Amino acid sequence: MGAKEEKRADLKFDPKLLDFLTDSEEIELEDVEIELGDLELWFQPGVVSAPPRVVAPPAKLKPTTLLEADFIPPIEKYPGRITEVKLGATKGEGGSRGKSILIGGATSPAFYTFESPRPNPPIISLDVFDTEVPLPKAIRTHVQEVMEDPAAWAKLAVEKYGADMVTIHLVSTDPLIKDTSPLDASKTVEQVLQAVDVPIIVGGCGDPKKDASLFKKVAEVTEGERVVLSSVTLDMAEAGVLNDVAKAAKDHGHIVLAFTALELNQARELNRRLYEFLPKDRVLMDLTTAALGYGLEYSFTIFERARLAALMGDPELQHPVLSGTTNAWAAREAWMKMGPEWEPRELRGPIWETVTALSLLLAGVDLFMMMHPAAVRTVKDVTKQLMNRGTAQPKKIADWVTAKI
Amino acid sequence: MSEREIKKGVKELSPIDVYMLLPRTNCKECGETNCMAFATKLVNREVTIEECPPLLEKMHEKAYKNLKELLAPAVKEITIGTGDSAIKVGGKLVMYRHEFAYHNPTPIAIEVTDEMPEEQLLDRVKKVENFSYEYIGREVNLDMIAVRSTSNDPSTFKSTVEKVAQATKLPLVLCTFDPNVMEAGVVAVQQRRPLIYAATKDNWKDMAELALMYNCPLTIFAPNDIKLLRSLAKTMIDYGVEDLALDPGTFIDEGLADTINNFTMVRRSACRRGDELLGFPLVGTPITAWIGEEAPKEVLAWREAYAASMLISRYADILLMHSLDGWVQLPNLVWRFNIYTDPRKPVSVESGLKAFGEPDENSPVMLTTNYALTYFTVEADIKSSGADCYLIVVDTGGISVESSIAGRLLTAEKAAEAVKEAGVEQKVKHRYLIIPGLAARLSGETEDLTGWRVLVGPKDSSGIAGFLKENWPPKE
Repeated sequence: MGAKEEKRADLKFDPKLLDFLTDSEEIELEDVEIELGDLELWFQPGVVSAPPRVVAPPAKLKPTTLLEADFIPPIEKYPGRITEVKLGATKGEGGSRGKSILIGGATSPAFYTFESPRPNPPIISLDVFDTEVPLPKAIRTHVQEVMEDPAAWAKLAVEKYGADMVTIHLVSTDPLIKDTSPLDASKTVEQVLQAVDVPIIVGGCGDPKKDASLFKKVAEVTEGERVVLSSVTLDMAEAGVLNDVAKAAKDHGHIVLAFTALELNQARELNRRLYEFLPKDRVLMDLTTAALGYGLEYSFTIFERARLAALMGDPELQHPVLSGTTNAWAAREAWMKMGPEWEPRELRGPIWETVTALSLLLAGVDLFMMMHPAAVRTVKDVTKQLMNRGTAQPKKIADWVTAKI
Repeated sequence: MSEREIKKGVKELSPIDVYMLLPRTNCKECGETNCMAFATKLVNREVTIEECPPLLEKMHEKAYKNLKELLAPAVKEITIGTGDSAIKVGGKLVMYRHEFAYHNPTPIAIEVTDEMPEEQLLDRVKKVENFSYEYIGREVNLDMIAVRSTSNDPSTFKSTVEKVAQATKLPLVLCTFDPNVMEAGVVAVQQRRPLIYAATKDNWKDMAELALMYNCPLTIFAPNDIKLLRSLAKTMIDYGVEDLALDPGTFIDEGLADTINNFTMVRRSACRRGDELLGFPLVGTPITAWIGEEAPKEVLAWREAYAASMLISRYADILLMHSLDGWVQLPNLVWRFNIYTDPRKPVSVESGLKAFGEPDENSPVMLTTNYALTYFTVEADIKSSGADCYLIVVDTGGISVESSIAGRLLTAEKAAEAVKEAGVEQKVKHRYLIIPGLAARLSGETEDLTGWRVLVGPKDSSGIAGFLKENWPPKE
């Protein structure tokens, strides 16, 4: 190294340099050119003992105090909103219910409370059948004594199990079961309406033509009650009976549940057909609920997609959605006898229904059709908690690691 | 610290973007026919860039780095454990499953404590290892052991961690907020790369040192305080700790809304805002259902079970749990399996005629749909019944029996057509068709259209063995 270069590299370090550096996170050298192999540093012994990495290219010092960072909640804006639908009608509203219930109205995905509070909580309708149907033992135990009396069953569902609504499934109208006439079946509906004062859902048998004639009759005898007719389908359209049902719902002041099988284009198509007769706030959607383990992920994803699309502005999907959560019991794990390590079945069954419900609760479902009392209670408890943000107590879990269980 | 620019969404990333960075020599060393095919697979996350040998050479160093950046997930993937038993967590590309697919199913760690009697400790570890359920032809299992120090004594913790490490190869999570205790534990298993739980606002410096010294991933715990979570993440990254996991606190019952909102905000910040400080795997602790409240064991286990399922839905990448009960874990393991399946892959199996065992002209003929879950369930039940038989798999577009009947995808016409196409008339000399119990309503019409006698089988295929015993051969 020549004398000239030597002089150039003869840097003088301030003795206080180290003190200055103590609180630094990072040191950046400005206007410094370093040619490797051509550099020599001189430190005067005893004056300063800065470590070589101070000058080596970007060196970092470990932070000694907590570095502050900010947090801004990632709030998004949505052009769309879910239509609010009123279920049931009170005397003043032209019906006979003790109160009506609003669902829908969401302006952000399910329980994104940090964006906007949910206007209406999700609700639960308990299933009641008009004829004997095979039920898993875990459920039958809870309804055994009322299974032959739909009105008493409905009463039990409301008074004992806290149902927000009741669904009377007129299964016996199925031409392959008892082929009960629409007139006779509608009498059962009237009995249920008298037994309870909550809003109700009326379920058919799944045969498009029979359901159409049934719903027309039910619509007529329950004039003004704003019942939910469950369900209308594209099959009804194909059978040429959809318009009659939609018209009956409109003329007598009811709601229809538009059922499609895990396909959003079909859901849109069915809704478009219904819009010819019904205002938007008279339509609910059921996009199909498959049981946990038997396709729940398809239901989860279809409900999630529908809700996001609706919020992003798709006008044909902006309806509150319903889940037939009782389908959870189609999973054999919910009812089957398994090895001792999977017992008791009395818990395995209802947790199956609960997990099915809660997964869809987070995907956006507004109205659940359910059966097992423990599952119903849990969904109610969870809903209550989810509606109530800001209750977390960090102290309670701060030392969970050492807690004795 | 500057935040990463919001990257091209995983959906917008085109194979061309990736292709342009590949060597483009079509050398086929990766096993693909050309670089474009490899690029497509990269975009679909079916291969990793390390599978392109030339890319790893010095001359492609820059392209490798750029590709790595381009393909980096919004949530960092970190590895817990080593070798064959290592588990990758995080690595999420998207917020919603339907946007692409979720990767790295949420591992469930079961806790033990350093104050458990040895017998109980080893028994628990063994139970975790042996926990297994066969679900649609696949085994579902529990994944890790979390060792908690309730003693707060370094040597007690150390000896427990050693015992656990000897008893199992499963990856470990070490839980204590005391750095001295933690160090004793980490030292015992430093080759195993355990997850350290956890750094807090009080102990972060010492925990960061341990993570660095022993090269372990580190959890940050900031209950209900995302600002603190970010501050700690920023500090840890500056400290040089790169593999982090984040625990915003799991409040069950009271505070559940905060739990769900916090997890959601953290994940959205990572996926939609490109927030690097929050772009790490999330740790959920349903085990907190067990603390601070007097209630029957079943009630607490019940809460832990449903909270876990909600956290699987809402973005937890690791779960720490207490209950080992089958009824608690089964719904969660199944839900995890389900939600991590690839929504882009078809869910149907091939339709047509399947033979089981060695069927002959007198063997039963059954019918089901081509929904994968339906098919695999029926298949498993036929196999376990040991029956020799034919199974006609009807193409219902991958929909189950019940739904396809409701949706008119399985009709008598469709069934008749399937019977004909299967050519089963030439294989058996009887004319009896067994249809699923859930398809009972099709029986009359199917008889009319096929000319076959229809026997209505069980509603659930677990009843096949019993059904055949009772009804086959047909009595008339």
